[in-house]
Amino acid sequence: MNIVVCIKQVPNTNEVKLDPKTGTLIREGVPSIINPDDKAGLEAALRLKDTNGAHVTVLSMGPPQAETALREALAMGADDAILVTDRAFGGADTWATAHTIAAALKTIPYDLIITGRQAIDGDTAQVGPQIAENLHIPNISYAEEIKVEGDYITVKRQFEDRYHIVKAKMPCLITALSELNEPRYMTPGGIFDAYREKKIKIVTRKDLDVKDGDIGLKGSPTRVIKTFTKSPKAAGTLVSNLDPQEAADYMLEKLQEKFII
Amino acid sequence: MDFTLSKEQEMARTLFRDFAEKEVKPLAQEIDEEERFPTEALEKFRKYKFMGIPYPKEYGGAGCDMLTYEMCIEEMAKVCATTSTMLSAHTSLGTWPILKYGTPEQKAKYLPKLCTGEYLGAFALTEPNAGTDSSAQQTKAVLDGDHYVLNGNKIFITNAGYADTYIVFAMTDKSKGNHGISAFIVEKNFPGFSVGKKEKKMGIHGSSTCELIFENCIVPKENLLGQEGKGFVIAMTTLDGGRIGVAAQAVGIAEGALEETIKYVRERKQFGRPLSKFQNTQFEIADMMTKVKAAQLLLYRAAKAKETQKSCTQEAAMAKLYCASTAMDVTTRCVQLHGGYGYTREYPVERMMRDAKITEIYEGTSEVQKMVISKAALK
Repeated sequence: MNIVVCIKQVPNTNEVKLDPKTGTLIREGVPSIINPDDKAGLEAALRLKDTNGAHVTVLSMGPPQAETALREALAMGADDAILVTDRAFGGADTWATAHTIAAALKTIPYDLIITGRQAIDGDTAQVGPQIAENLHIPNISYAEEIKVEGDYITVKRQFEDRYHIVKAKMPCLITALSELNEPRYMTPGGIFDAYREKKIKIVTRKDLDVKDGDIGLKGSPTRVIKTFTKSPKAAGTLVSNLDPQEAADYMLEKLQEKFII
Repeated sequence: MDFTLSKEQEMARTLFRDFAEKEVKPLAQEIDEEERFPTEALEKFRKYKFMGIPYPKEYGGAGCDMLTYEMCIEEMAKVCATTSTMLSAHTSLGTWPILKYGTPEQKAKYLPKLCTGEYLGAFALTEPNAGTDSSAQQTKAVLDGDHYVLNGNKIFITNAGYADTYIVFAMTDKSKGNHGISAFIVEKNFPGFSVGKKEKKMGIHGSSTCELIFENCIVPKENLLGQEGKGFVIAMTTLDGGRIGVAAQAVGIAEGALEETIKYVRERKQFGRPLSKFQNTQFEIADMMTKVKAAQLLLYRAAKAKETQKSCTQEAAMAKLYCASTAMDVTTRCVQLHGGYGYTREYPVERMMRDAKITEIYEGTSEVQKMVISKAALK
């Protein structure tokens, strides 16, 4: 079984400080880490390798320094690493990122693709499912438990108040939650092998079958107007014991009351 | 001269720091108070392949370098000196002599087990009447057909009772003095071998320090390490490495105490302001930090010498001497900055000061290091 784990290098937000004057993040000197959800995805892949046997490839799209995250993944036990990097990919939003990563994935064999649910520096949770869309394969998000049997994968899909058990035929993509597991440590020997013996495959613009209009800043339909922390909403009102007609009337009344309709 | 770590050394350091913080630190106080062996850490060292960090992969080691290994000892000692002692005695003293002096058969038989941690290693030189004067060995080994018969006692043996193999020194020819000492690989199950009383110590409480008893202990001839009469050389060259391990431990203890103290002086208020705002505190911190960094440079230089030079006796002795005295000085001053709280077990600096003292004593006292250093300078 070929498993590809997509990882992102992110600043360790636990160590990010705010500039008291400008209120912006001070990124200088902040250590970079593998995004926690992605690391849990990697651990899940390595466990499948331990139990079922698998070839685990890690793939990251990012600047050249993302190599460190890939070396760390190799030191944990991944077999191969691919860095998708090119100035032409810079400024990509989630749509262009997923499009580019999917193009890279098309060049290698895979049965299972694992991504993290979301990255702690952007929190969109969009790239994983968008990669699946690009590849026309099933996607199961928010995986908290994973089992492989033959060509099928069974996943416990976690929601805030419930979970689904979802079964899909591979190839497919799952997005992992950091609650999925406690990722293993690297080994000292694994670190030295990752730097001295393993090679990271570099994939650039010319290696991919993509159009210029679909990658990087040019290929990104998203425009960020502003970023802010959402203020929590007041608790809603729970109205129960209404039949459908009464419920519809109630909602209509409330919407008119707030001048929404 | 390059003072920067390679990328792999940098990443290994991050790993050791993270591991020490999450896996070792939470148990440090408990291990000290209950005076129990750090079994949990040993299990995890095995699992994550920390048991043969500087040794070749062909023997099950990690294939890293000496400096990386010393950084591991340093990072463990920062949070728990006991745990670092176990790993250092196993790696530097219990495993290295077999790698350096073992026959191909001995290497094939023991190194994979030691480097993967299936076996824990130990080293037995000291005797009741042979401490600093280690040439005054009274344990005897007599060749009898296909085996040696060992009789005698060893004391203060680290990892005793938990180790699977011991590098044991004994006299095979008393008339030759130093040149009559031989080294043996003794397995814990050899007939006539037993572990005696456990010492109650001032510090490194969790480290198992016991007497070893040899009563007509049968050691197969093929377990002679090196040739007959080479024991003293084996002991001394092994101790060169061991001393670098102790230096790493000393630097770690000092760094750990300093980190705890920096945290404390920022929080503790007297006369309406944090201790960190007083110039005495600031100067103490500056002084200690400078000493610790100087000690660390001597340590790293010795680690490099161990790997690249034929002999590292001088570098090891200087590193051990300076790092150990730094650890004692820094931990004492850290306790002082903590005031009354520093004298209680509520704060880890109390334990660190007790643990620091051993680094001035074992694997050659500070006075022995001065003998070694001056001997070369004055010859």
